[in-house]
Amino acid sequence: MISMETSNLTKETLKKMFSEGRRFDGRGLLEFRNIKIETGISNKAEGSARVMLGKTDVIVGVKLAPGEPYPDSPNKGNLTVSCDLLPLASPRFEMGPPGFYAIELPRLVDRAIRGSGMIELEKLFIEEGKVWTIFIDIYPMNDDGNLIDASTIGAIVALKNSMIPVLDEKGMIDYDKKPTKNVPLAKTYPLSFTFYKLGNSIVMDPTREEEEACDARITFGISIWNNQYMVNSCQKTGELSFTKEEIAKIMSLLPKKFDELNEMLKTSASLN
Amino acid sequence: MKKIKENRINEELAEEGISSEEHSKRRPVVPGEVIVSGEDYLPGDGAKREGNDIIATRFGLAEESGRVVKVIAITGAFIPRRGNVVLGRVTDITFHGWVIDIGSASEAFLPIEESPRFVSKAEMDQFMAIGDIVAAKIWSVKSKGIDLTLKGKGLGKLEGGFVFRINPNRVPRVIGKEGSMINLIKDNTSSNITVGQNGWIWIYSDSIDNGIKARRAIEFVVDKVHIEGLTEKMEEWFRENK
Amino acid sequence: MAKEYKRADGRKLNELRKITAKVGVIPNADGSALFAFGDTVAIAAVYGPRLLHPKHMEDPTKCVLRVNYDLLPFSVHDRKKPGPSRRSQEISKVTEWALSPVVDLKSFPNTVIDVQIYIIQADAGTRTAGINAASMALAHAGIPMKNLVTSVAVGKLDKTLVVDLTKEEEDFEEGEGATDFAIARIANTDELTLLQFDGKVQPEVVNELIALSDDACKEIYEAQKKALKETLK
Repeated sequence: MISMETSNLTKETLKKMFSEGRRFDGRGLLEFRNIKIETGISNKAEGSARVMLGKTDVIVGVKLAPGEPYPDSPNKGNLTVSCDLLPLASPRFEMGPPGFYAIELPRLVDRAIRGSGMIELEKLFIEEGKVWTIFIDIYPMNDDGNLIDASTIGAIVALKNSMIPVLDEKGMIDYDKKPTKNVPLAKTYPLSFTFYKLGNSIVMDPTREEEEACDARITFGISIWNNQYMVNSCQKTGELSFTKEEIAKIMSLLPKKFDELNEMLKTSASLN
Repeated sequence: MKKIKENRINEELAEEGISSEEHSKRRPVVPGEVIVSGEDYLPGDGAKREGNDIIATRFGLAEESGRVVKVIAITGAFIPRRGNVVLGRVTDITFHGWVIDIGSASEAFLPIEESPRFVSKAEMDQFMAIGDIVAAKIWSVKSKGIDLTLKGKGLGKLEGGFVFRINPNRVPRVIGKEGSMINLIKDNTSSNITVGQNGWIWIYSDSIDNGIKARRAIEFVVDKVHIEGLTEKMEEWFRENK
Repeated sequence: MAKEYKRADGRKLNELRKITAKVGVIPNADGSALFAFGDTVAIAAVYGPRLLHPKHMEDPTKCVLRVNYDLLPFSVHDRKKPGPSRRSQEISKVTEWALSPVVDLKSFPNTVIDVQIYIIQADAGTRTAGINAASMALAHAGIPMKNLVTSVAVGKLDKTLVVDLTKEEEDFEEGEGATDFAIARIANTDELTLLQFDGKVQPEVVNELIALSDDACKEIYEAQKKALKETLK
C-alpha cells in the first residue's frame, strides 16, 4: 500500500510544504478532514457503521455468533477483527492473498479495542463451554488515505450500536426475535491516531497522495479510563525511525486529539 | 524565476476538444440509446448506425455537428493517440530504455535512442531514475505497447514542482481555446504548468502559495459541470482568492 | 387454478420492490454504482481498461472482463466467512457472461476491465442487483458498450408467478414450492444473457416467466438511465 506511486518531485515538494506547515487542501498538519457517520448499513448485522473521512469511506459490520471459548479464558467471549482491502476501493489494491497492510490494519484496531477494555468480554459468557464471539469486519469502500483511524472510528460506532441476538431453546440464534440487550460495553472506548512522517514533519489524517509520500507511521490507540487518558496500543510501521523528541511531541498531542475527535463524533450524534 | 515558453503542443491538440465543448444542444445518452433517426446522419466517435438510427455506443453527451453525430466522453480512461504529449513516471529501467507509467492500459516505453541527447547505457539512471517525471510525446501506439519520444520542444525530464492528476476528458477545458485558460492560470500564479493529454499536470511555482493556488484553480475548472462563461468565472475566482 | 397468493409486503404479484440506483459512489473507481431492490443492496466498481497482472492471463485478441462478486460478511444473518466461496465464484462467472455480450472487448487487447461487485445487505436477488449495478458502473466508466444489461429474479410460489422474490418468498414450501429464476437481458431486447433457476416448473411456464420479466426489466432500465444521466446535470 505504501506504493511506488508518488513521484520523486512531488515527494520533495510535499516535504517542503509540510516543513512550512502547508497542505494542498489548506488544513493544518495535525487537522482532521470532515467526518460523516452513518449507522444501520446492513440490517443483517448486529450493528454497523459507515465512516466518511474526507473522501475515505469505510464500512464496518458487527456480527455475533455463539461459539467455544479459548481454553485459557473459559469464561470470556471472543473478539475477532478482520479486514479486506478489496480492489473495489483503490486502483492499488489487488485480488489475492492479503498483503501486509491488509493484515496489519485489523490487528491495530483489535489491540486498541482490547487495550481499552471497551468490550466486557466476561459478560459474553452464555453457559459452560459456550460464549459469544464478536466479529468486527472492516471494509474500506474508497481509500483516500488514513484507513486505520477511519476504521477504528467505524468499529467503535458499530459496536455502540450492536445488540445481542436472541437464542432459542436449542441454543441457536432466532433472527425473527427482536434483540433487547446491547452488546456489553464499558464506558471506555478507544480512538486511534496515526502519525505519519515525511522528512522532519509529522502529519495526521493524510490524503492518499500525502500518505504515499510519507516514509513511516506510528499508530496509537487512546481512551479515557478511570478519568485518565490511557494509551492502549502502539505500533510503528516502516523502516524509518522516530526520535525520542518526536514521540514526546506526539504524547503531548494525543490527549488533545482525543478530545477534539471525540467532540466531532459527539456532534455527528453517533457516540453518547 | 525562469518562465519556460512551452505548451504550444498542448494548445494545438486542445483546439479540437474545446471547440466541441462549447457547443450547446448536447444531451446525456446511455449506451444503446437512439440519438437521432434518419439516413442523412453520419455516426462519429461514440456512435454507430443501426438501420435508420444513430445509436450511442458509450455514455456521455450526444452532440450533432452538421450531419455528424457523436458522443463526447465525460468519463473514462485516457485513450492514447499518436502525437499526444503526456506526462509519465519512470517505473523501470531496462537495457533498452525506460518503462514509463502514463496511466493508460498499455505500457509505455521510452527507447534509449529517443532521448534528446546521447545517453550511454551506463548513465541511464543518472539521466532519468525510477520515480522521475517526464514530458514525452507518443510516437506510436501498438497492441503490444506505446512508444514514447523525448525529441521535441518542451519535452524531457521535469525537475522540481509537483504532479497531480485530473480526469483526462477535462484537459481541453483546462487548456482553453488557444491556451486561454491555462495562460490565465499561469499568469495569475507565476507558474510553469505543463498539461499532459493523459490528465497528468505538472506545476512549478515561485512559492508554495502560488503552487497551491494554481492547483486549486485547475481543480475549480475541472469540477464545473457546465462550461458557459468559464473564463469569466475563473477571473472572478482569482479576484476573490488573491 | 392458481390460489390468490398474498405477498407479505403487500406488493402486487408483478410489482418490483423499491429500486434505488446511484452512480459514482466510489470516487477512486473509473466507474461505480449502487443498485438496490428493497433491502438487497449491491455496489459495483469498475477499473479499466488497465494493465493485466499476471501477464500470462493477457489475451492478444481482446480485453479480459474479470468479474468478482461476493457477499460482505455482515450482509447476511449467518456471517459469511471472508473469502470466495463456491457460490460466489459461480455467480462471478455467470455475471461475467451476463455482461460481456454488450462490452466491446475487441477494442482493448491485452488489457483487463475489472468489475468488482459486493453485496452490502442481502434479501434475495443479490446476483440480479449486482448485474444492474455493474451495468451502470461499466457505462459510467466510459467503456464502449452496445447497450445496458438489466436483470431481475422472477419466480413461482406453488402455482403463482411473481416478480422480485424476497428471501422469505424464496423459502416458500407449500404445494409446488418456490422456483426462483434469475434472468438478465440486453435492455429492450429479447437477448437473454443470464438464465438460472431451480425448483419445479412446467416447460410452458418457463416461457411465461421469461415474458413476465419483460416489464420489470423495462422499469429497471429507466432507473439505470436516470441514475447515469443525473451525473451529467
